[in-house]
Amino acid sequence: MKTNEVPQDEGSLAKKNVNELCYAVDERGRYTTVPSRGWEAKTLALAESLELIEERIAATKEAVMAGQLSPIAYYMELHRMDIALLASYAGIHRWFVKRHFNPKRFGKLKEKTLRKYAGAFGITVEQLTSPIWQDNE
Amino acid sequence: MNIAFEHRQSAHCENGVISNLLNHRGVSLSEPMAFGIGSGLFFVYLPFLKVNFAPGFSYRPMPGQIFRRLAKRLGIRVKHQRFSSPEKARAILDEKLRQGIPVGLQVGVYHLTYFPDEYRFHFNAHNLVVYGKEDGEYLISDPVMDYTTRLTEQELERVRFAKGALPPKGHLYYLERLPERYDLEKAIRKGIRQTCNDMLAPVPIVGVRAMKWVARNIRKWPASIGIKKTNHYLGQLVRMQEEIGTGGGGFRFIYAAFLQEAGKVLDNPALIQRSEEMTAIGDAWRDFALDISRIYKNRKSGPDVYDKLSAQLLDLADRERRFFAQLKKDI
Repeated sequence: MKTNEVPQDEGSLAKKNVNELCYAVDERGRYTTVPSRGWEAKTLALAESLELIEERIAATKEAVMAGQLSPIAYYMELHRMDIALLASYAGIHRWFVKRHFNPKRFGKLKEKTLRKYAGAFGITVEQLTSPIWQDNE
Repeated sequence: MNIAFEHRQSAHCENGVISNLLNHRGVSLSEPMAFGIGSGLFFVYLPFLKVNFAPGFSYRPMPGQIFRRLAKRLGIRVKHQRFSSPEKARAILDEKLRQGIPVGLQVGVYHLTYFPDEYRFHFNAHNLVVYGKEDGEYLISDPVMDYTTRLTEQELERVRFAKGALPPKGHLYYLERLPERYDLEKAIRKGIRQTCNDMLAPVPIVGVRAMKWVARNIRKWPASIGIKKTNHYLGQLVRMQEEIGTGGGGFRFIYAAFLQEAGKVLDNPALIQRSEEMTAIGDAWRDFALDISRIYKNRKSGPDVYDKLSAQLLDLADRERRFFAQLKKDI
């Protein structure tokens, strides 16, 4: 890559005013660093991955609203977690986490357990137990 | 407390932290040098490990490896510490800062407040330097950022004790002792030799053989797992290759920069020649990423598209095989 070939397509980092450093060859063949505003090829790959996450969140949200899953499942997807990760953040074994996906069991959870989940998601117990469609996080 | 610490941006976090910590102690070592001596160039394919619902690909060795090898090869003593209690982790960090020592930290990316949302994944092997504390806030030099930032005590604790794969557990490190003099030439040779051996390793999940395996799978995926999943897997490959930290082309350009510098240090013109070849290989990796991204852009994906990508990757594997065999002879 030559210094004048370093892509400057506005990417998501550019929004936060962060440039990425790329290594490129100058006109005399010496290596140097050039700040880059982003590259379309990367932005597209990242968008594909984010789309997949959005799809999963939407599907889980529907299931929660239909009463098939508890809000824990929704917040887990929202925070890009899987069961193992949520289990370690909440300090609850993954078998129980999976059981707590059941809305009925979720309804019976103690305040103490709810607080653990809420802590893992960085929200209050009230937010966790209120219907998710009111929540615009 | 505020240590006079020079923040220099780098492509990759680990090399950047090493380079900046050494620079603080008056040893000037460029990022490519740190990367090359630490044998940072790599390729590994972990088909059974699912990361973000796709197989694991990596263009670099396990986090921390580059630093450890570099320290060993230059005779630098580095003190590493992990903690079970966040209070203790904070107390030791504060103590080191009071002593005027800039401290490197391993952190999770997800809760880093200064990162854009798109980059906040549960990835726990990011590195940064803390160089002071002011009004209860830590002064942060994150090498992939243009500028220095700040984190509150709670924010820093959250990233230091992130959970998931490779949890940092408050991992901190600082330079303890530097050697009186070190043998740069010998370290460079060792670094290059290990990279050649890694890339030519006779195991299927590492180096050029792993690339070939991935290439064969790209041809099979559309039939076995469907187009949608195939595209997601390829997206993962592109992100690992090009995302912040690699300096472009899956670290190939940083490595080419290293070979150029090494050629001058060792007075070996063959390495300068190799550097040019590596640049061309890096360009071919960029073309590969560009061709993958076209699948998303044009939404067109006949089987021939994947056959072509597979052939492209096979060709790259072949070129790198010849490249590292030659490099091994040159050193």
